[in-house]
Amino acid sequence: MNRIVAKEEFSQNPGVKMMQIEAPRIARKAKGGQFVVFRLNETGERVPLTVADTDPEKGLVTIIFQEVGKSTMALGKLEVGDCLADFIGPLGKPTHMADYGTVLCVAGGIGIAPTHNIAKALKAHGNKVISIIGARTKELLFWEDKMRALSDELYVCTDDGSYGIHGLVTKVEQELLEKNRESGEINLVIGIGPPIMMKFVCKTSEPFGIETMVSLPTIMVDATGMCGACRVTVGGETKFVCVDGPEFNGHKVDFDEMLKRQTIYLEHEKVAVERFRHGAGCSCCECGGNV
Amino acid sequence: MAEENKANKLPRHAMPEQAAKVRARNFEEVPFGYSKETAMLEAGRCLRCSKPKCVEGCPVNVKIPEFVGLIADGDFIGAAHKLKETNALPAVCGRVCPQESQCESKCVLGKKGEPVAIGRLERFAADYERSQGRVELPQILPATGKKVAVIGGGPSGLTVAGDLIKLGHQVTIFEALHKTGGVLVYGIPEFRLPKAIVQAEVDYLKALGVEIIESYVIGQIETVDELLDRFDACFVGTGAGLPVFMKLEGENLNGVYSANEYLTRSNLMKAYLFPEYDTPIVKGKKVATFGGGNVAMDSSRTALRLGAEKSYIIYRRSLDEMPARAEEVHHAQEEGVEFLLLANPQRLIGNDKGWLTGVECVRMELGEPDESGRRRPQPVAGSEFVVEVDTVVVAIGNGPNPLVPSTTPDLKTNRWGNIVADPETGATSMPGVYAGGDIVTGAATVIQAMGAGKKAAAAMHQYLSGK
Repeated sequence: MNRIVAKEEFSQNPGVKMMQIEAPRIARKAKGGQFVVFRLNETGERVPLTVADTDPEKGLVTIIFQEVGKSTMALGKLEVGDCLADFIGPLGKPTHMADYGTVLCVAGGIGIAPTHNIAKALKAHGNKVISIIGARTKELLFWEDKMRALSDELYVCTDDGSYGIHGLVTKVEQELLEKNRESGEINLVIGIGPPIMMKFVCKTSEPFGIETMVSLPTIMVDATGMCGACRVTVGGETKFVCVDGPEFNGHKVDFDEMLKRQTIYLEHEKVAVERFRHGAGCSCCECGGNV
Repeated sequence: MAEENKANKLPRHAMPEQAAKVRARNFEEVPFGYSKETAMLEAGRCLRCSKPKCVEGCPVNVKIPEFVGLIADGDFIGAAHKLKETNALPAVCGRVCPQESQCESKCVLGKKGEPVAIGRLERFAADYERSQGRVELPQILPATGKKVAVIGGGPSGLTVAGDLIKLGHQVTIFEALHKTGGVLVYGIPEFRLPKAIVQAEVDYLKALGVEIIESYVIGQIETVDELLDRFDACFVGTGAGLPVFMKLEGENLNGVYSANEYLTRSNLMKAYLFPEYDTPIVKGKKVATFGGGNVAMDSSRTALRLGAEKSYIIYRRSLDEMPARAEEVHHAQEEGVEFLLLANPQRLIGNDKGWLTGVECVRMELGEPDESGRRRPQPVAGSEFVVEVDTVVVAIGNGPNPLVPSTTPDLKTNRWGNIVADPETGATSMPGVYAGGDIVTGAATVIQAMGAGKKAAAAMHQYLSGK
């Protein structure tokens, strides 16, 4: 159960890795937009990750993660054949499927992973999909080929100009939405990536009055509605990301509150990472503690 | 008989416990339990009434005079077996049941003096059996070929599973979390209910043949309707797992927890052992818990053990109206929890980084009784005051968890989202689907959920037998 059957390193610094996990029931049931929770071992924490892809026939679930904390670093150390103590899902609500016409998917960094699964579902539903994928630098981009295969149009950009269009994803978003003024074919924007990027994807789309969905990567414990760790304010109301989301109307999300809530355990994370480096014999000496 | 009469005259025996100052800083269990000698003396106080009232006071009708009599006779294993005839979780109930309002409240001895310490004796017998490593399995009736799915491995689900497996049915428990026990593992702290005890009770069910599948969230991975394709009946015991907040300004500040989150981090995830365990928790120096129930007591006492210098209970009524067990309130007071009574939180105050710094309260006074019979608290105008705190735990209750009701369209719920079930049988609006515990009643006690499980198991057995 929960065996790792494939592993690929997309980027070394910071570590971005892809794994395929043997989880046949989840692979059959998970829909675009849903997430899983993993727990490494008896002392492990419960960590949510949005599903990047599924292969129902082979019973595989693909996850992609950036090594930003102790748990993701320890996960990255596992190899093919190793098992996770727990792999729970699918959790959260799937992306609402409808005939939107054209959907603009804006994905930043690690957000390319969940965007892939959502775009795949929207495309299969009969929508036209335009995608923008971007990252800080070329090395952090991945799945350009897979995104191209399911997008009718694909724009690739990097903040530092090391690959594709030089600039932020929101620059391309702005241009496409300007062009769209006349045709009006884009009826939904999906923005997934770091919270700050999602905030600006929403700010960009707001003046155009186009519905914008974001998927929120909040802190969770049980991820079944029980604890409220993941609460966010949406349209002035408190919502639980794990059961009410993870997707919300981005124009109504209080991103500033959410960004503050993401910092609750930063000090703990430093302690845990430090301890892990010393205990587990750090092999990523190039990171210089920059996590 | 003369000897017994003398025993009755003895005062109720106290249970030795850790000193308050010491225990307030560790997570080990507070009471040590009775010794054999003390247990026999206490059991000797029982009058063995011919019409025992105590049994009526017990939601699962434990055969109290019989098991107490066996302890008095020194047959501790026999006492444990007698308990298990009607109660699948005696070591748990002996610790967390509100005996003072159930069995012990009916004890004849209590009319003039103090009742027999039934709870402490129950705990003693169950602990004795476990410590001997001689947990005997009861007889299991021949296999019926019927399959039952139990959704939720908390007190009600464990009871249903234990009862139905003994009747020869095949039982599978689906637990959403990675550990079975429900509130017994995520909610009630180690110092009140050691997790090894819960594990032993769960292992006992496994030994009886109950299959337990953890980390399996019904409503997500599989719906109740899908379960009915492969099971003959279902029991829904998913609990009151949706925390209620007060809708106060500042409630999403960093440092504000629901009691569920605070206790789950500490108990289930063992955050008190961070960084050995990965899950973190904010170890506040000044912690305020809102509410007056057992969960509030558990939270305020957990705060002390996590190193708080100040741990307050903020409750809008007075001590008399507090729903928590008297023993829990007493333990909390002994350990140094400060009670700010007749005070109601108005808003939470934070700094520019989003961290909690204080709570503004208003003084309350009690007016006329409300529909619950308790005097209604009313705010005193202009009496606002601020308590400086860095952590708040909101322990004012829980709503029903929505995952099963929202994915089971034929399952009738009431306006609060609780599943509608017959109080005598647990039968729901769907044939073959039964429900019990907090998902039906709203937040109640462990033993009430077990009582509901017992009734549902009996009704399910009847349903399965006629199928």
